[in-house]
Amino acid sequence: MEILKEGIATLFGDPDPDHARAFFRKKSRKMENKLMSVKEAVETFVHDGEYLGIGGFGANRIPTAVIHEIMRQGRKNMAFAGHTATHDFQLLCAGKVFNKLDGSYIVGLEARGLSPNARQYLQDGNVDITDWSNYALATRFKAAAMGVSFLPFRGTMGTDTFKWGAGKTITCPFTGETYMAVPALYPDVAAIHVHEADVYGNCRIKGISISDSDLARAAKRLIITTERIISNDEIRSNPTATMIPFYLVDAVCEVPYGSYPGNMAYEYFSDEEHLQEWLKVEKNPEEFKKFLDKNIYNCKSHFEYINLHGGIEKMCKLRDKELLSENHKNAGRDK
Amino acid sequence: MSDYNTMELMVCCAARELVDGSSVGVGTGAPCAAAMLAQKTHAPNLMIVFEAGGVAPLLPEMPISVGDSRTFFKGVMATSMPEIMETCSRGLIDYTFLGGAQIDMYGNLNSTQLGQDHNRPKTRFPGSGGANDFASFCWRMMVITPQDARRFTEKCDFITTPGWLQGGDSRAKLGLPKGCGPYRIITNMAVMDFEEKSKRMRIISINPGYSVKDVQDNCGFELLKADKIIETAHPTEEELRILRDQVDPGRIVIGR
Repeated sequence: MEILKEGIATLFGDPDPDHARAFFRKKSRKMENKLMSVKEAVETFVHDGEYLGIGGFGANRIPTAVIHEIMRQGRKNMAFAGHTATHDFQLLCAGKVFNKLDGSYIVGLEARGLSPNARQYLQDGNVDITDWSNYALATRFKAAAMGVSFLPFRGTMGTDTFKWGAGKTITCPFTGETYMAVPALYPDVAAIHVHEADVYGNCRIKGISISDSDLARAAKRLIITTERIISNDEIRSNPTATMIPFYLVDAVCEVPYGSYPGNMAYEYFSDEEHLQEWLKVEKNPEEFKKFLDKNIYNCKSHFEYINLHGGIEKMCKLRDKELLSENHKNAGRDK
Repeated sequence: MSDYNTMELMVCCAARELVDGSSVGVGTGAPCAAAMLAQKTHAPNLMIVFEAGGVAPLLPEMPISVGDSRTFFKGVMATSMPEIMETCSRGLIDYTFLGGAQIDMYGNLNSTQLGQDHNRPKTRFPGSGGANDFASFCWRMMVITPQDARRFTEKCDFITTPGWLQGGDSRAKLGLPKGCGPYRIITNMAVMDFEEKSKRMRIISINPGYSVKDVQDNCGFELLKADKIIETAHPTEEELRILRDQVDPGRIVIGR
């Protein structure tokens, strides 16, 4: 096939579907109890130098506890897919976890502003960056989920996002249209936070799923954190609701309020005060170091982190806000 | 005529461009305010979609993130990012609003970096996110932005998101879908479109209190001028009332 144009940045990950098939051939299909602590899951399934994928969208339904644990265990030199990564990206930069990046939305926290530390981490030249659009990066997961090495894609051509990416343009054998060929991305390990899972890893997600259906299928190893454990009978009573089946999953960790300080649809809203505190404290490196020690490195668990920020009382308030209950509305009017 | 600020004017201008019965892909901030205002005024059947998967929500307030739970509050569907982007790629989404640190005369946008060294940027911004995708696929792309000569630049340091690329028919030639591209640039000083053949930015409407010279003085490249340049209409009392009381009572976008 003739290659018309190609991006000049590094292609991270191996798009070869037969290499992935050889891995998946050996992956266990046993429906067995996969419950373990976040600490154990990260020790077992996340290694230095590997490619990491994180589920959710920015500060919405993110596996915060897994990211904190990756920082505590000091993982380094990882590659990361920044597919609308906001607070998760901020954390991974604070931990200097990665030095290879597929970036589509990074360093920002959307309407909240930009992370000074994440920007500095990139501006200091710590990271080899390959650019994509969100959909192109999502399509890389989809190609992997389909077990093919690339998919045709109609965007980014003619821009520097293409130039500083690792796609190539090709001609459609049917119509003669030009397409960008987007290479498959099989992360070594991914972590996704869900609403409900059974002990085997059959998972339910409520609300938007972003790219997590494809990410779960593309990843070689998958860590699930869940708001709550439900029974296998409950899963079987409504199989339509299962988005991630057990055979994709390596570890199941029960982490209530696991997306905190992010949003979890139908459960709790994001803690905007704490996210603003992050943006503010990052401006002062010394203060930031103390802040990280307090909130992450000296915290044993996600419970301890939540207790530092108002515990159950705060979680109730965030629940009011999520559910737009009258309490929240009245508080809003008082402002 | 009541008092209003420039952000209120820009949001009203943007809202008026959205035709009833059409669809729009929006982000947070002013674009979302414009879409909500349109729905509450002349376009009750405007369908709003968010890139993370929210379809036709009954927005109770403005979202903080394009993936937070407000973006599918009482929506008709909470789906995936690929589903939304595939819908754009099939040609079902009419409008989108985007922005950037730099914009050139063809409406190309930079939201990635200032400076030329890719792995050591002078200033790093978030990058494309879904912007490149929305701009590649939605029929009409619009920008709401303050106007100054540094932002409106001869050449973007990095083209994150395609406008009309090098103008003329370069966009379709490079492989992007035909017939779509930048449509309106709405600033605090003027409204611009793009001349049909060259695809260069052109002043079509001047906001109250500004002149063509003001607009050109605050632009880093030469703007074309429409044969007949009109004065941008003031926001109506009704638009302002709905914008302030229903769309953005917290004054997050429009300020105080």
